[in-house]
This record gives sequence, C-alpha cells and structure tokens, in this order.
Amino acid sequence: MEKPKIATASLAGCFGCHMSLLDIDDRILKLIELVQFDKSPVDDIKNFTGRCAIGLIEGGCCNEENVHVLKEFRKHCDILVSVGECAIMGGLPALRNGIPLKECLETGYIHGTGVYNPSGKIPNSEDIPLLLNKVYPCHEIVKIDYFLPGCPPPADTIWEACVALLTNKPLDLPYELVKYD
Amino acid sequence: MSETITFTIDGVEVKGKAGQTIMQAADGAGIYIPRLCYLEGCEPFASCRVCTVIVNGRPQAACTQPIAPGIVVENNTPEVTQIRKDIIEMMFVEGNHFCPVCDKSGNCELQAIAYRLGILVPKFPYLFPVRELDASHPYIFIDQNRCILCGRCVQASRDIDGKHVFDFVGRGPEKKIRVNAAARLADTDLDITDKACDVCPVGAILKKGVGYAVPIGQRLYDKQPIGSDIEANANK
Ligand code: SF4
Ligand code: SF4
Ligand code: FES
Repeated sequence: MEKPKIATASLAGCFGCHMSLLDIDDRILKLIELVQFDKSPVDDIKNFTGRCAIGLIEGGCCNEENVHVLKEFRKHCDILVSVGECAIMGGLPALRNGIPLKECLETGYIHGTGVYNPSGKIPNSEDIPLLLNKVYPCHEIVKIDYFLPGCPPPADTIWEACVALLTNKPLDLPYELVKYD
Repeated sequence: MSETITFTIDGVEVKGKAGQTIMQAADGAGIYIPRLCYLEGCEPFASCRVCTVIVNGRPQAACTQPIAPGIVVENNTPEVTQIRKDIIEMMFVEGNHFCPVCDKSGNCELQAIAYRLGILVPKFPYLFPVRELDASHPYIFIDQNRCILCGRCVQASRDIDGKHVFDFVGRGPEKKIRVNAAARLADTDLDITDKACDVCPVGAILKKGVGYAVPIGQRLYDKQPIGSDIEANANK
C-alpha cells in the first residue's frame, strides 16, 4: 500500500512551527515510515504531486500569495490543520491589524527608525505579492478541520496529532499540551 | 448558628448555609464554578456571566444567586459548558489577545478558563478592535486591548482602596475603562500597593518590570487547570 502523503506550508509565520515539527527528534524517522512528505519546505517540493491526507498550515494570510497557497492546500488535502497561533488568530503579524496599511508601509520603508531608502519609495514590483488590508486567520479564508494552538505548538502536540490523524484514532491531548503561547 | 440548606449540583448533594450564594456553597463543597468578575471581599455584581449555572431550568449567575432548599443546579453539563465557551470565545474575539507576547500568559484567568473548557479556536470572527494602551504611570500600565470589562479594578479601587481610580464609561460596544484624571493613569492617585493593581484577571492592568519573571512550565496554570485548588477541598 502506498503511504499517505502529508504537505506543509509556512504562510505569514516565522517557521517556528516547522522547527517545532522537526523537534520531534528521532520520531521523524517513525513519521516518514508512516507518511511521505509532499509539497513542503521540509523537502523543498514546490508543487503538489497528488492528493494528500494531511496539510499542516503554519501562519495566517497577510498577502494574496498566502491566500492562493492556502486555497491550493484546501483543494489537495483531505484534512487541513491550522498549526500555531498565527494560523489560528493571525499571531504577531496581526498586530498590524489596527494600523492602516499605508501607515505600516510608510513606517517600514520611509519614516521608520533606521530605514535607509534613498529612493523614498515603497517597493511596488509585480513580483511582490500584494498585501491584504489586514492579516486573516486561516479559518476565515478556507474551512479548517483541526487546530493546534501554541507559539509554537510543542513537538509532542504536533506528533500526537499527526499520529492520531494517520491512524484514525481520536486525538485526546493532555492539559499540558494545549497552550496559547 | 445559621441554618443548613441542602440542594444538588449535577446530582450531588451539597450543603450550604443560609445566605450563601451558589458559588460560595459550591466552593465549600469542592466544586469549581468558573468566574471572572467575582472578587472576594467585594459585593458580587454578575457582569461576566462565566459563572452561569442552570437553576431549576433557568440560567442564573452563581456568584449572586442565593441557595435555596432543594434547588437543582446544573454546572458541569454539556449545555452549561457550551454557554461558558461561547462567552469566553466572545471575550477573545472582541479584544486583542496575543497570548504569546502577553506578560500575563500562564497566569491569566481568561486563558486558563479557555484551557479548562478545551477551547482550541473561537467560533466567532476576530474583530481586531483599535484600543488604547496607557503606560504613563511609572509602575503600572493599562492595556485596553486585553480588558474584558469585568469591573474588578473598578470595585477594588472604589471599595477597598477608597480611591475611584477606574470606572466604566460608554455603553454596549463603546463601553470601556476610564481612569480618574483628564487623560493619563500617571495623573491619578494610583499607587503600586493598591489592591486595584492586583485584581485584573487578565493582562490589562499589569505591573511594570516583573513580566516573564516565572519561567514557562512553572506558571500558575501551566500544569494545573484553574479551579484545581477549589476541587482539592472536595475530599476534605
Ligand atoms: S490577557 Fe490572557 S488571554 Fe489575553 S493575551 Fe494575555 S494571556 Fe492571553
Ligand atoms: S482592566 Fe482588568 S480588572 Fe479592570 S475591567 Fe478590564 S479586565 Fe477587569
Ligand atoms: S463571576 Fe459571576 S457573573 Fe462574573
């Protein structure tokens, strides 16, 4: 039997949740016995090669590319999991949600402390994904099936969740493993 | 000698004294009822509704509802838990709760109740309101982003400190905490030793310079769910 596939993405996150996934240490060997990694920064596969059993999403949506990737994941994955506070509620990037976008960009590229930008312009190439008006939690863009809180979620949380989903067992996380920080 | 009153909570017989509220009697019996606005030593005024229980079929606030002989109280049932979850989730989305960067995280009563109720994500859309932060006072700051309008600071300042540093202004979605000065907390007579600085259940009123003093893993609610201390009385 072919192994089920797992895909992962880091949207508006810091890669901390992916680091936490790697923190499962030698259990990663067990994990690759159970699954094959598809599109993911872990193996650098850029495009989906087929249907995936699980998609793990780190980070919320701060730009149009994030939205595009998230929708692709929804299309290709049977179960989509929001991993970490940024995917769940926007996280640190969403601290900008109370500030008008123009003000954010002007502070970042023109007036901010320590900014060196002789052109005095805000970068505006077609290659740069357009920023959204605010940062959105993933479940406000597509349907998300499971949520693993934490900043990042502990390696054990991610491990327990993956094993439960892959073996069709109920996920019953102990009290210490569900934290919002 | 005060009269003993017998009633049930989730089918278990509980004895209380006449004049007690459901919450006081439950505490005495080692049964935890979640609470956010209730402040020991002050007159309860039932603003948060997290302590909702169903009494003879009707929702009531356990912190104000007096006990009566034979009443049937539902506390830990799916229906009551759902009411509490909804309330807590509304509190999360109507403020800005960035737990990973909050000094109060791990010691926060709102967060701890959410853990205890097993909330992974609120079902309501996040509002991301624009709120004020006042760090003008040398030792204390108030961050309205995390205020849940429980009113403990108002009560403590007025009834314990005798000062009136905090009060509510506005109604409905406009309701917020105001300080008793033209603009800033620094211009009030708030002292770091005031009770009002110690009662905020969340990270809205905090002392400066003490954040993150306790490492992760050793904070109040890292290992033990909120209410464990009350439940520990159960077998005594
Ligand atoms: S006040 Fe509590 S719930 Fe709000 S951000 Fe701080 S720790 Fe989280
Ligand atoms: S500042 Fe704290 S104590 Fe005062 S009303 Fe807000 S949450 Fe309650
Ligand atoms: S504790 Fe009873 S209403 Fe808040």
